[in-house]
Amino acid sequence: MLLYALQRTGLAILICITSMVMLFSALKLIPGDPATIMLGARASAEMKARITEELGLNDPIPVQLATFFGRILQGNLGTDMWSQRPVTQIVLDNLPYTLVLIAAGLGWAALIGIPLGCYSAIRRNSFIDKFTAVISVGTISIPSFVVAIYLILFFAIELGWLPVIGAGERGDYLDQAVHLIMPAFALGLGWVGYLSRIVRASMLEVMGENHIRTARAFGLPEYRIVKSYALRIAILPTITLLAVAIGGLLSSAVFVEAIFARPGIGKLIVDAANMRNFPVVQGGVLTTVALFALAMPISDILIAWLDPRVRATL
Amino acid sequence: MQLSEAVLPAAPGALTLFRRRLARDPLAMLGLTLVAIVVFCGIFAPWIVPYDPFKLSIPDKLQPPSLTHWFGTDNLGRDIFSRIIMGSRIALSVGISTIGIALCIGISLGLIAGYGPRWLDNFLMLLFDSVYSFPTVIMGLTVATLLGASVTTLMFVVILVQTPAYARLTRTATLSLKNSEYVQAIRSLGASPFRIIAVHILPNVVGPLLIIASMDIPSVVALEAGLTYLGMGIPPPAPSWGRILQEGYNLIREAPWMVVAGGIPLIITTLGFTFLGESLRDMLDPRLRRIV
Repeated sequence: MLLYALQRTGLAILICITSMVMLFSALKLIPGDPATIMLGARASAEMKARITEELGLNDPIPVQLATFFGRILQGNLGTDMWSQRPVTQIVLDNLPYTLVLIAAGLGWAALIGIPLGCYSAIRRNSFIDKFTAVISVGTISIPSFVVAIYLILFFAIELGWLPVIGAGERGDYLDQAVHLIMPAFALGLGWVGYLSRIVRASMLEVMGENHIRTARAFGLPEYRIVKSYALRIAILPTITLLAVAIGGLLSSAVFVEAIFARPGIGKLIVDAANMRNFPVVQGGVLTTVALFALAMPISDILIAWLDPRVRATL
Repeated sequence: MQLSEAVLPAAPGALTLFRRRLARDPLAMLGLTLVAIVVFCGIFAPWIVPYDPFKLSIPDKLQPPSLTHWFGTDNLGRDIFSRIIMGSRIALSVGISTIGIALCIGISLGLIAGYGPRWLDNFLMLLFDSVYSFPTVIMGLTVATLLGASVTTLMFVVILVQTPAYARLTRTATLSLKNSEYVQAIRSLGASPFRIIAVHILPNVVGPLLIIASMDIPSVVALEAGLTYLGMGIPPPAPSWGRILQEGYNLIREAPWMVVAGGIPLIITTLGFTFLGESLRDMLDPRLRRIV
């Protein structure tokens, strides 16, 4: 088990390192002088020289790569060219907003999607099952930014019920929660469909297994069979799905944050990309890649821990 | 070759069966209709638009939907309905061409990874996984920061994020075919690795991948619109759906019809391709059909 955990984490770290090398080489491979690209064609020679010096672009490439890794290992993602603030600090200021948004979006999606999937599997071919199937395909495919814009149009502009912009007053939790409703809804909508479909398929598989038949033969109530014997196993594939989903969620979060003008990693990267502020883009991207790369081993280990059958094969 | 010709006469029966099953599935028919509308608009856009989608007409600016302008006009007086029809051409051409290129590169790399030496396989897999670990939109923003926003950048991003997925699938299929009896037989007859890959493995890999790739079209169309919305995709004045949405969002209070109109084609395209793709997959995969 420990060896397995170490292997999975090692792979995640390797992926992080490769991504860093790719980001680093991307900056080297682009045609033209990085300082000019960042500052624009009209920047003065002194400014260019200062940026070149700050980014260490005059050093030989192996030295640059070593410094780059050394800095990241110390938790230093560089300095923002415009505000002169440390990028690590900027990223840490924005990260909680994105994590709260993702948790809220996934949270409501799981609360609706998992019971819906369960119900669809138990009452197969019922009206609710067919309705869920159509709705889930529909919601999965519609892009989150279209949902977000339509929500704003309807609930904020036409009805005036919900606020559009920002994440709410600092310290005022009720205000923050109200500001979270529409973004979380837009982010989670597609996942209701995903989760219900995965849970339904995996429930159908589990319900056909021998131990469920045995439980039925012993006369256990259906409710108990579903809750204690079927769902416990059927829920496992959703954990893997959620880990893979982190990437998709981060992508959707970019749109949702940009549209609702909510602070967060996504909006940070969009704003920095618009100003071609590469150190901030790089810091934000590395953080998201690390989040995604680490979610995979965590889910693998979680599944091995929860499912004795997987553990036995290790 | 002779064998497949001998089998062919029996095929129309299966095809008719397939067509009948498709016609019986209301969702598949809905999907097919929506896709047909989008593809028709994409091909015949310049001939069916009621107005020139680029022509500015300031006196007509910000007119709400009416019989003359079905979806209203934007802040420069351009007819939004014409722009949306023209936008289908951009969406489809970007979607289909990038997926085509990504498919070619992905299949080649996947064949190399699957058939080549172990170290090359490991190296390529690590590369694919690393590219894959960049969330799509964030990868797009990074590349746009470095290269600047343009159609080329957008296409490059889509190819970059789609290629690993196809490469992985090809690799898995190649690995299972590599040690199959017929491949071992050809190898023992002295066929070169290139010939084995090109003539005996590739044809068995391409079919399922084409279906998967066609199901990726809606997500690529949405990605193009999304990146253009964020200002990182197709530059103005091209009538990309993302651009129409973004211009509409800036005027959401004055001209709410702009965002409504900009979202509709995206919903039609994504729903159409998804409904059709799901039904096709269910029909072609008997294992899935039994479960679902």
